[in-house]
Amino acid sequence: MTLTLALGPLCAQDKPQAFVGARIIPIEGPEIENGVLVVHGGKVLAVGGAGTAIPADAVRHDAKGKVIMPGLVDTHSHIGSPEGADSSAPIQPDVRVSDSLNLRSASVMKARAGGITSVNVMPGSGHLLSGQTMYLKLRDGETLDALAMGKLPNGSYLGGMKMANGTNPRRPTGTFPGTRAKSAALVREQFVKAQEYQRKVREAGDDAKKRPARDLAMEALVEVLEGKRVVHHHTHRHDDILTVLRLSKEFGFKVVLHHLSEGWRVADEIAKSGMGASVIVIDSPGGKLEARDLRMTTGPALEKAGVPLVFHTDDPITDSRWFLRSAALAVRAGMSRKGALEAMTLNGARLLDLSARTGSLKAGKDADFLLLSGDPLSVYSHVEQTWVEGAKVFDRSDPKQRLYAVGGFGASHDTDDLTHLMALEAEETYQ
Amino acid sequence: MTRLALLLALSTGLSAQSLAIRAETLHTAAGPAIKDGVVLIQDGKISAVGRAADVKVPSGINVRRVKVATPGLVDGRSTVGLSGLLNQPHDQDQLEASAPLQPELRAMDAYNGRDPLVAYLRSLGITTVHTGHGPGALISGQTFVVKTDATEVTRGVLKAQAMVAATLGDGARAREAGKAPGTRAKQIAMLRGELVGAQEYARKLKDAEKGKEPSRDLRKETLVQVLRKELPLLATAHRAQDILSLLRLAKEFDLEIVLDGGAEAYLVLDELKAAKVTVVLHPTMARAGGETENLSLETAAKLHAAGIPFTFQSGFEGYVPKTRVVLWEGAMAAANGLAFDDALQALTLAPAKLLGVADRVGSLEKGKDGDVALFDGDPFEFTTHCVGTIINGVLASDGEETRER
Repeated sequence: MTLTLALGPLCAQDKPQAFVGARIIPIEGPEIENGVLVVHGGKVLAVGGAGTAIPADAVRHDAKGKVIMPGLVDTHSHIGSPEGADSSAPIQPDVRVSDSLNLRSASVMKARAGGITSVNVMPGSGHLLSGQTMYLKLRDGETLDALAMGKLPNGSYLGGMKMANGTNPRRPTGTFPGTRAKSAALVREQFVKAQEYQRKVREAGDDAKKRPARDLAMEALVEVLEGKRVVHHHTHRHDDILTVLRLSKEFGFKVVLHHLSEGWRVADEIAKSGMGASVIVIDSPGGKLEARDLRMTTGPALEKAGVPLVFHTDDPITDSRWFLRSAALAVRAGMSRKGALEAMTLNGARLLDLSARTGSLKAGKDADFLLLSGDPLSVYSHVEQTWVEGAKVFDRSDPKQRLYAVGGFGASHDTDDLTHLMALEAEETYQ
Repeated sequence: MTRLALLLALSTGLSAQSLAIRAETLHTAAGPAIKDGVVLIQDGKISAVGRAADVKVPSGINVRRVKVATPGLVDGRSTVGLSGLLNQPHDQDQLEASAPLQPELRAMDAYNGRDPLVAYLRSLGITTVHTGHGPGALISGQTFVVKTDATEVTRGVLKAQAMVAATLGDGARAREAGKAPGTRAKQIAMLRGELVGAQEYARKLKDAEKGKEPSRDLRKETLVQVLRKELPLLATAHRAQDILSLLRLAKEFDLEIVLDGGAEAYLVLDELKAAKVTVVLHPTMARAGGETENLSLETAAKLHAAGIPFTFQSGFEGYVPKTRVVLWEGAMAAANGLAFDDALQALTLAPAKLLGVADRVGSLEKGKDGDVALFDGDPFEFTTHCVGTIINGVLASDGEETRER
């Protein structure tokens, strides 16, 4: 990717870029026919109708017939081959997913091809608490620092905390829970410990001698208690969802509920809690027991109840490249178009506490946007270009990048594995 | 309960097995789309198809108006009814893992027509499904063809034996060390050995004097059906090398082969065409990983351009979700280079022909079963609903769960 992308946009970046003639869906504000988007220095300079002022030195892009919308925000993904906690314990808050990521993975390029510009990369759900997640901006880069959204004061990357209940963290062996009540009890025990640790640290103040010995797991849980880390909680069944809400209330931590196969059953309770919901939209119900009653109506039910709602890929459970399908299927199930598009963009940014920077096209925000060949809810539309902070990170017209969008030989290989690019050239002779 | 009541109310409004569908756009799969078209179904069979102006609907027959109607969809390959809704041993009958070669296992002996996934597919316009034993063993068993309204296996069977399901590559590798087949070459060696054994069995049967025939061997009997081309070998293979191994085996034993999956089929188009193989293309929604890592959304378009017959499938899913939806597989192909009509063919008449049931289903033509899928827009748009599924002239599903409850 770096090979092809580094050359194009870099030199153009110091000049304003104007995209003229597209239908613009800014998310904040009504859709604009024949609109103009101007970006400069990585930020949105202006969004508006045909009369919008375009700086004289701007590079103009004819976007007639295209649709422009904000880059998609995926609140739950496993791109970049993330790993978190190991099998030694069910709760491991000190483990950071950032210490495992392979950002050269083809899955990262596929996410760009799917129009995803911000993503919460998480460890798995086989633990009550499997570690710290990392928020990435999918800029053109392959290192943690190049893609990070920021850092907390202790040097850890900006992200949340991954938790899970229900059947996934249950294991017959070791220190893992065997029942739902035990799952909650183990979590409660750790948060009580964290509260005590937090109190000791506070009481010690500046007195180094009184301070408890550093405990990295407790430090991370204190970040959760203090709202510096949002809990991203895997939870499917109606009763499991309510258990998460009880624990969140008991300890006062902020949570985003993830997956929510049975969210439609407890929409009002979720709304009352004020917490956000991150929903997976998938072809069919079933499989694991807790997804038995999965319905596409969860989206509309939560929208109706007034829950802050987003969708996610859970890549590889659903592929990043057809993330937009989630919105279309939710509309099929009864959601409003506006709500469904917000759920792909601004609401996600809000639930990750990043909405000041991304999630809508508004002057001053990061220039994260997509050029689509048609309406975002149509199966026939393709993401033609993905831009992050004013730089193009995916272009479907480049055959080597198109490979990641449509698949083909080598499409799942790491982006710096050149053998597949050579194979692609060989394959072109077949076509 | 309300859903059932509604269904009953809707059904009783229609005279049994007779109704007319008047569609703003009628896709028959047997010719160009008809604007303002009518399908007339009487006693479960299609009695007339044409422009509304040309089809006289007898009095007393209800007319259902709809935006778009297509033939009931035919699912080229599934495991629903065997692989149930739940990933629990009691609910999974698509794969018997006790031995690598069990062609004698019959789909009918395991099919549960009341599984929720069958109803789910039915609610999305699928009226006929080719289902049975899944991938995952060298030979896992047989498949059959059934209507999706058949709650019991004594009803609605179009073909009791359709194909024999085989798998090549990683999917058929023994799960325990030291057990066969452990390698690709061993897989082909074992299949070759089985087929040679079946040839000998057939010869002995033929040459034996009356009363001295060899004792019946159900496994070999099934393979003899394969050797006689009574049953095609439906072989799941994704990598180009496995596809070519399959073609060699087909040539060696003069078998009728249907390629299931074919993630890398686009690499061996010439070979597939020369071998006159039909491809039941993998769901594109399936994860691109392992042996399917090179799958392409454009394979359907490439097969079509090369003149290779193909169909779509809902396929087998081992985790979450439990099935793909063949309608949306057609949609993805239509969005990636395949023309609408060609995608619809691969969801209707092409699989009906492949399965040998085109005299009954697959297109809206006089004399065929009254199987129709009703939509409130372009069937391929994710925002469109299937608003009714009609099987043998009866409303078998009144729409998707997304529209009800």
